[in-house]
Amino acid sequence: MFELLGIPPQALFGQLLLGLINGSFYAILSLGLAVIFGLLNIINFAHGAQYMLGAFVAWMLLNYLGIGYWWALLLVPIAVGAFGIVLERLMISRLYHLDHLYGLLLTFGLALIIQGLLRNQYGISGLPYSIPPQLAGGQNLGFMFLPNYRGWVVVASLFVCIATWFVIEKTRLGAYLRAATENPTLVGAFGINVPRMITLTYGFGVALAAFAGVLAAPVYSVNPNMGADLIIVVFAVVVIGGMGSILGSIVTGFGLGLVEGLTKVFYPEASSVVIFVIMAIVLLVKPAGLFGRTA
Amino acid sequence: MAEAAVAMKTAAASAPLLVVKDLQAWYGESHVLHGVTFDVRPGEVVTLLGRNGAGKTTTLKSIMGILPKRKGSVTFQGKELMHAPARYVAREGIAFCPEERGIFSSLSVEENLLLPPQVKPGGMSVEQIFELFPNLKERLSSQGTKLSGGEQQMLAIGRILRTGAKMLLLDEPTEGLAPVIIQQIGATIARLKQEGFTIVLVEQNFRFASTVADRHYVVEQGRVIDMIPNAELEENIGKIEAYLGV
Repeated sequence: MFELLGIPPQALFGQLLLGLINGSFYAILSLGLAVIFGLLNIINFAHGAQYMLGAFVAWMLLNYLGIGYWWALLLVPIAVGAFGIVLERLMISRLYHLDHLYGLLLTFGLALIIQGLLRNQYGISGLPYSIPPQLAGGQNLGFMFLPNYRGWVVVASLFVCIATWFVIEKTRLGAYLRAATENPTLVGAFGINVPRMITLTYGFGVALAAFAGVLAAPVYSVNPNMGADLIIVVFAVVVIGGMGSILGSIVTGFGLGLVEGLTKVFYPEASSVVIFVIMAIVLLVKPAGLFGRTA
Repeated sequence: MAEAAVAMKTAAASAPLLVVKDLQAWYGESHVLHGVTFDVRPGEVVTLLGRNGAGKTTTLKSIMGILPKRKGSVTFQGKELMHAPARYVAREGIAFCPEERGIFSSLSVEENLLLPPQVKPGGMSVEQIFELFPNLKERLSSQGTKLSGGEQQMLAIGRILRTGAKMLLLDEPTEGLAPVIIQQIGATIARLKQEGFTIVLVEQNFRFASTVADRHYVVEQGRVIDMIPNAELEENIGKIEAYLGV
């Protein structure tokens, strides 16, 4: 077997795959945050909790109702997205005329409540969720072993990200969304129901988080803190990519996952801080983010 | 001449399409409109003339329902619109072209053109809009805000012609444009009038206004203080110059 800079390929590609998996979750979650921030001007601090809720609802569907992984992948985003719509209608929509900070505090509080309730009920030791039988096992690619489920996570995330990008950038519906992000008053004066669009957009962003949660359930253990741990990194990803940039959040999400994986191979001590170091550098050099437009 | 006289007579005979009565409006705490009253008959082009800050733009925005704090009455085709949000006003068939043009930079020219939804049947087709503004056809895939000022204005007018709205509120469509473009906008307004559109035009360019309008309302300090038919312009030219301070 060949070696790369003294690193066995198994280790290198293994870490790169792990990085790509993490990157998949960064990408879907930062995409949802970017879509929500773009239209609502709200920094959705409940995003991590909604991702965690996705994993939990998938677990509950399986254990209480016997509904398996594939149905969960469809039903959980709908259910959690609907929950998001209720939150937006009842609470978040009352804050649009106030400073950003209020939306942030509200969603942060909601995150703490959701996490607290689930911690109370299920503890923090983590619940197992097994890989669906169709995706058990793996492929030996010669230079590395690829577990089927992990390959699926990367493919499914890429698909969802690209589909979302396509809808927003290339369709009529997306044009409404982009226009309302720029000038909601004028879009309303054309006869378009902007408040309803805002509600549905929030629901969609939350559904994306829940989808990521279902994907994550078999990879990580289902745990009330799983979102809180991840969301801090995701916020750094959003800052690096540029607030509100759709393509930026996707590319940065996958890219930073890979960077993190590489760091684990070459300098493991730095792997947990590398993203934040990049964030600090980006903020100093290009405060609007790599893909951000300065307003 | 005879034709014009008949047209004027029928316009005068029909009931007003838009009636604005004692319209008051506020920006936050500051009281900007103190009772604007005027009406527009079907097929007419009417201007609101006045100095900067007189309340012309605010009047259009209040009719459109964009300003949240307002009082008085705005009826369109006999229907009271005072408590309706902007999207309902649009759906009744009133279209608004803002002073800053409101071209979306994250949308292509084509997306900008197709953005406003159809609210009534009988809007212009995209082909007809290209006939009015051939420049737009060449630039469909450009970013909306990459167009020249004149082309942006054409796009801003063009996109509301598709919607089927027959009442257009145009806020200073000639502002900052070259004379040859102003001429083109003037010809467009004349053409739209022929096609049966009813137009309220906010203008500071009085010369331009006099070439396209049937009647002029003079706005000062948040009120309509005078109305001058375009036919009686000559006699009143001194008065208007005094109003506008030119």
